[in-house]
Amino acid sequence: MIDQQTLERHGLKPDEYDRIVGFLGREPNITELGIFSVMWSEHCSYKSSRVHLKTLPTDGPQVLQGPGENAGAIAIGEGLAAVFKIESHNHPSFIEPYQGAATGVGGIIRDIFTMGARPIALLNSLRFGSLDEPAMRRLLEGVVAGIAGYGNSIGIPTVGGEIVFEPSYSGNPLVNVFCLGIAKATDIIKGVASGVGNGVYYVGAKTGRDGIHGATMASAEFDEKSAEKRPAVQVGDPFMEKLLLEACLEVMKTDALVGLQDMGAAGLTCSTTEMGSRGGAGVEIDVSLVPQRESGMTPYEIMLSESQERMLLVAKQGREAEIERVFEKWDLHAVRIGQVTSDGLLRVKDKGAVVAEIPNRALTDEAPVYRRPMETPKYLAEAQALDLASLAPASPQLTARDTLVALLGSPTIASKQWAYRQYDHMVQTNTISLPGMGSGVLRIKGTERALAMSVDGNGRYCYLDPRRGASLAVAEAARNVACAGARPLGATNCLNFGNPERPAIMWQFAKAVEGIGEACRALGVPITGGNVSLYNETDGRAIYPTPVIGVVGILEHADRVLERRFKVSGDVIILFGEGRGELGGSEYLKLAHGLVRGVPPALDLGRERALQDLLVGLGADGLVRSAHDCSDGGLAVTVAECAFGTGGMGAEISIEGVEVARDPRTNEAAALFGESASRVVVSVQSDRVTEVLQRASALRVPARVIGETGGNRLRMAVAGKVVVDVSVDEAERAWSTAIETRFAKKVA
Amino acid sequence: MKFAVVVFPGSNCDQDAYHAATAVLGQTADLVWHKDTSLKGADVVVLPGGFAHGDYLRTGAMARFSPIMREVKVFADRGGPVIGICNGFQVLLEAGLLPGAMLRNRGLKYRCEHVHVRVEHTDTPFTCAARQGQVLRIPIGHGEGNYYAPSDVLERIEKNRQVILRYTTPDGRLDDGANPNGSVNAIAGLCSEGRNVVGMMPHPERACEPLLGSTDGLVILQSVVQALAPIGCEGPFARGGGSQGPALQTIGS
Repeated sequence: MIDQQTLERHGLKPDEYDRIVGFLGREPNITELGIFSVMWSEHCSYKSSRVHLKTLPTDGPQVLQGPGENAGAIAIGEGLAAVFKIESHNHPSFIEPYQGAATGVGGIIRDIFTMGARPIALLNSLRFGSLDEPAMRRLLEGVVAGIAGYGNSIGIPTVGGEIVFEPSYSGNPLVNVFCLGIAKATDIIKGVASGVGNGVYYVGAKTGRDGIHGATMASAEFDEKSAEKRPAVQVGDPFMEKLLLEACLEVMKTDALVGLQDMGAAGLTCSTTEMGSRGGAGVEIDVSLVPQRESGMTPYEIMLSESQERMLLVAKQGREAEIERVFEKWDLHAVRIGQVTSDGLLRVKDKGAVVAEIPNRALTDEAPVYRRPMETPKYLAEAQALDLASLAPASPQLTARDTLVALLGSPTIASKQWAYRQYDHMVQTNTISLPGMGSGVLRIKGTERALAMSVDGNGRYCYLDPRRGASLAVAEAARNVACAGARPLGATNCLNFGNPERPAIMWQFAKAVEGIGEACRALGVPITGGNVSLYNETDGRAIYPTPVIGVVGILEHADRVLERRFKVSGDVIILFGEGRGELGGSEYLKLAHGLVRGVPPALDLGRERALQDLLVGLGADGLVRSAHDCSDGGLAVTVAECAFGTGGMGAEISIEGVEVARDPRTNEAAALFGESASRVVVSVQSDRVTEVLQRASALRVPARVIGETGGNRLRMAVAGKVVVDVSVDEAERAWSTAIETRFAKKVA
Repeated sequence: MKFAVVVFPGSNCDQDAYHAATAVLGQTADLVWHKDTSLKGADVVVLPGGFAHGDYLRTGAMARFSPIMREVKVFADRGGPVIGICNGFQVLLEAGLLPGAMLRNRGLKYRCEHVHVRVEHTDTPFTCAARQGQVLRIPIGHGEGNYYAPSDVLERIEKNRQVILRYTTPDGRLDDGANPNGSVNAIAGLCSEGRNVVGMMPHPERACEPLLGSTDGLVILQSVVQALAPIGCEGPFARGGGSQGPALQTIGS
């Protein structure tokens, strides 16, 4: 008998229970209840988000696989497909940073190779509270070590990403992991179970009691008792996954396979129902046949376990031996645990006796869908109000020069070498743009081509205006890809929000999805898949709404790749786009005034598209020598970053002033550190300047010569007056040592 | 000539070594599974980087028991050129084909970055195309590359001129700051007493093409091609150093 407490423990509402009884025509037993609870959890069912996600653009001539499979896929020419997705592992990483992050990496890698693609790149998008908090340093250290421990071992390079520090994530860090693989377009494998009588096989690690209710945990808020949920975090084994990866890719070549699915969230339950549902079939398994790590496990535990590194596959009748042989070679044992049926049911047996019997569609298509109430958050009006005219001048000692150095040394802007040096970013010998140089760029062996990819998000912008903030995230990710010279082709999103049962959070979510859709349509990058992570709250405090966007683009000629660094002294520096001194939600406002206020920068998507087209054309024709987008910290930070890693090559620029405040110093700061969107700094050989400016003008992209590379100082003038003059050495030291220094302090 | 690239379960630079041998150097190569018992007539053996058997015990500790290692040992004992790169180096140490052991990096963290190594001796099949004192910019990627040997062993290998690569500054000076992992005597690469077995932590196969940002690793792999060519390097692996072989700029460009 199912009582109220049992229901609550399973995260099910009374009306949801009534629905279950309706589907079954009887009361469920505890195993069935467990199965419903994970499949109907927010994490698996997308019950709060689905109505909104449906509005996203998912089509395009380049799209080979849109949302709904293990990962999306786009055509990248020469008969090849890029298969990619981003996923969150926020909740587990907060509870156990190393294993949480490691298994996040393992999970997304499985999603990619399950599609028949060989994974070639990992990126990650991480958010923590302030590094001044010891707990955050411990979390960062653990998460980075976990990502490194898994990715390095399995041999997939971690080639890029972002790390942001913001108090809003102090009680709920974000760990979003992106993976991309390459497959022949015709060889993409789907997660389907079909063909009545075909065998259902289990392969990989044994099933233990770890991770039971992981999906349910990821669908609830945090409180002080969360640490007690540690047993719900799984432990990763990258070696096992490496064997699975190689064996599965080898099995796929045999043509004896019907479908393949990894066991991620909700483990065996999710993989059996989803495969059956996609194939329009039923699946029957006997849990007593499932390899188990512990004794005495109940059917409930076996069905809900989230032990890592496990796969489910369906083999063609009569071809089983071929598949078994490949797994044996890798010392893995594919075990037949059931078969495909025609009745559309998930039937679970234990030593022959039926212990659960549920229509597949009740668990998938017929799972609850909510159109949750929304309302504009109360904080919004006040947070958006930013009166620059009456803003008190920042402390009089803080000159523009010192502000620049301070911004460069703020952990969000500073070099992330401390982290990426721990990641093997070169294995597979495809990495042609090293981490920290802009997008991750990988050549595709056997072709002239390369793929560029970037993950971006800005929670502060989205807090101040979720719709515009989300559009800006899409624009920035695509712009970063275009700055490598690559044409953006497709996108994936990871939507990190608070509790959707609160109308203000649901409003943030809906607006952000609108913003993503609008930007993706305008920039020609359909969403091919992704992940939603809700309930990112601790003790009732939600994170900033944080959609993270991954964009993938193609470069026709790998050797034409662009990166951020200035190349030659005496080159001309050109700024594309216009600075309007927009300070709303900026790093400057936070650093110098301690404010998170205003509205994020305006975004004209038509102009953004033109800018990206311009960059791709200039890159292809070899007309620019470097390109770097303006984002956090504005133009001054961008120019400084272009000088870093060049061996001290400086730059001199002169830009127009802006009038946004009464205080002249604020105006100066707005010109230097304002974060107006759709801007890129390029360096150009002097005899190419005319052609570059003409090309910009033809596409109606504002372009202006702002200076020249050379010397060993960064000199910046606003409205004719030099306000920044600092040696590249000093600026670079602040930028490159900021994170390490914060760890060193801990020891002192 | 033919390369054999041994594939242990958990190797992850096997395809990279294969690519360098075939697509870059234009040689033939076989991927040889660790359970195989034949090197299939290869002229040179590569033990690639990775995490053989997961390296959950000491790095390389399990791999030395793989059936193919018996063949590798026989091949090495007969004077055949064998190179262990990164995890392959660790395997050679565990297998006793090279002296010493690896500890965790001094900073206790995995490190992946370009480093500079100085070629100390050119009388090995993997350095004979280099100049003595030549500084190579090659990436590392490891968590356990902190080479250690007791003082008597260290004394012996230095006396025998077995240290063939050391971490240095870009201009070839020894400097503690240029040592990425704390290796004793800044040892980055080592050869056997017979000089035909070489282990190195940096990854030459990651520095073989201009697109990858460095071609300095080519000299290592090209050396063995030259050493085994009918004319070969001067003398047995150009003992005494100073041999430069044909200019390397012609390769792969």
